[in-house]
Amino acid sequence: MSGLRIYVPRDAAALAVDAEKVAEAVLAEAKIRGIEVELVRNGSRGMLWLEPLVEIEKDGTRHAFGPVTPHDVEALFDADWGDHALALGPTEEIDWFKRQTRLTFARVGVIDPLSLEAYEAHGGLKGLRRALGMTGAAMIDEMKESGLRGRGGAGFPTGIKWDTVRLAEADQKYIVANADEGDSGTFADRMLMEGDPFSLIEGMAIAGICVGATRGYIYLRSEYPEAIHTMREAIRIARARGVLGASVLGSDFAYDMEVRVGAGAYVCGEETSLLNSLEGKRGVVRAKPPLPAIEGFLGKPTVVNNIISLGTVPVIFERGAVHYRDFGLGRSRGTIPIQIAGNVKFGGLFETAFGTSLGALVDEIGGGTATGRPVKAVQVGGPLGAYFPRSKFDTPFGYEEFDGEGGLIGHAGVVVFDDSADMLGMARFAMEFCAVESCGKCTPCRIGAVRGVETVDRIARGDVDAIPLLTDLCDTMTDGSLCALGGFTPYPVMSALRHFPDDFHANAKEAAE
Amino acid sequence: MPIPPAPADLEGRLDAILADHADLEGPLLPILHAVQAEWGYVPPEALPLIARGLNISRAEVHGVVSFYHDFREEPAGRHMLKICRAEACQARGGLGIEAAAKTRLGVDWHGTSKDGGVTLEPVYCLGLCATGPAMMLDGRVVARVDKARLDALLAEVEA
Repeated sequence: MSGLRIYVPRDAAALAVDAEKVAEAVLAEAKIRGIEVELVRNGSRGMLWLEPLVEIEKDGTRHAFGPVTPHDVEALFDADWGDHALALGPTEEIDWFKRQTRLTFARVGVIDPLSLEAYEAHGGLKGLRRALGMTGAAMIDEMKESGLRGRGGAGFPTGIKWDTVRLAEADQKYIVANADEGDSGTFADRMLMEGDPFSLIEGMAIAGICVGATRGYIYLRSEYPEAIHTMREAIRIARARGVLGASVLGSDFAYDMEVRVGAGAYVCGEETSLLNSLEGKRGVVRAKPPLPAIEGFLGKPTVVNNIISLGTVPVIFERGAVHYRDFGLGRSRGTIPIQIAGNVKFGGLFETAFGTSLGALVDEIGGGTATGRPVKAVQVGGPLGAYFPRSKFDTPFGYEEFDGEGGLIGHAGVVVFDDSADMLGMARFAMEFCAVESCGKCTPCRIGAVRGVETVDRIARGDVDAIPLLTDLCDTMTDGSLCALGGFTPYPVMSALRHFPDDFHANAKEAAE
Repeated sequence: MPIPPAPADLEGRLDAILADHADLEGPLLPILHAVQAEWGYVPPEALPLIARGLNISRAEVHGVVSFYHDFREEPAGRHMLKICRAEACQARGGLGIEAAAKTRLGVDWHGTSKDGGVTLEPVYCLGLCATGPAMMLDGRVVARVDKARLDALLAEVEA
């Protein structure tokens, strides 16, 4: 055997389960055997239960092995990376992978994230080159036609937001990428930044050229050290290669950008709070209007978009808006990278057209719980998302469809809980989290969350009279909070109460007996 | 425990940090990150110097330092263990890991073990939600944590 190409991911989810040691073992073992190995550190394929997932290229086809520990490496070489207990066959033939429609994540896990050559060989920069030949108005039409909506959760049409900034008059405009992905159960932004950082750079450059913004920032949370490192390195390479700078790809357009690191405040994922943080202030929410599109960063017109929204822009311009728009359901167009997480057997990133039912995601794709116990609840959309019981599993994955069921898709995280979950405890945690993370600007959130914890504790002690009080408090938070933190915390709380009332009456019954 | 910087060192290093960030738009967070990388916390003596450098009030700097969970106003232990408390890790047995860490270190959240070895902080999501429970030890992410793995990692840093 000679000239082996082996892929060991550098995604944080792989590194957190010893991928670095696996990579070292591969190189060490190859050296002992005198085999020449080209080690590629790719992103993750997204099948996270199989991480570290090692791939080997044979006759142009990549074969997967996983989960690989450093101790398995010797035996894998012995088996000539063929017949082995960890062999999974050709990676792209694995059913879980094959069932996906990968547009935004087409390159993630496939290429070396810091190879601009590999990026271009897989369709990268085609969108930007096309955009450079279009007028701003034509680019807006393309975006509107694609149907792309804010993937951070709000679902606002991206093209309309861009147009507002494009039409605003100012000496300086900005593109801000919101990489403050704090929702539990979500990791799509992280995986994209670690696995295909150039797609985000390209998407931001297209946005900048479209609206007339020459500067951009990625506000990236400090909890993602690998993403920070990879993004900074990718920006440096893009600048050196003329993708960023005074003349983008040799054109008359200037665009450059940098990474800014957050400091552990969940509320900074809210766009106005993010802008304050970026300006070096407390991450306190701003009242709207004015919209950030009119008065954003430093008071200038600013596009604030989620990482997945911006990372999807290149494929829309590469393949055309119609190609993208033709996937999806109702007003939810295109694909959505769903993150299947929590107590689930097959967890990971599953990109698919909108419309798959929640039940199919949890039971068929996710394979049920990792513990093997029955699924009790699924929280969709992060810590501000509702808990769904099995009876709502036929809900199709779409913005309006989830809204209609008293929930939200948020950033498309799906967290599975088995029957050992205590839903009163989860409701309490939602209030506690809101209290910890509240920016303090408005009373229903700042005080309400603290009272919420106390009220749930009263219910836990058997005081059922506190249940109407909790409902009332949630109404106040919903109606009286400026942003989604205080306004949406009632989603998990009230859905837990509504769908799992037994968990709230457990002690009351005992007291009555 | 880290030794508080001598005033002369502090001023010299701070001047350099402020100069490094002079061209940034909205420089305060990057400056505070740099200060914390230097000393492990934001020394109170640094606040008036940063305020003067940016031409803002000391209260504004204090307001920002105290707003963000990342910025420490006093030194931490030699090692920093952050355990994810978020829902996805809870669904995978995170509460058991939290309890085990608290018992082993003899501290509650934000506490530092008696020998000054390890500070325990909560974190709300490391983006490792399908492979939880997850934690971060001195900036290194670790997933699929069980009690044995926790003990082994702590033994490593305590050694």
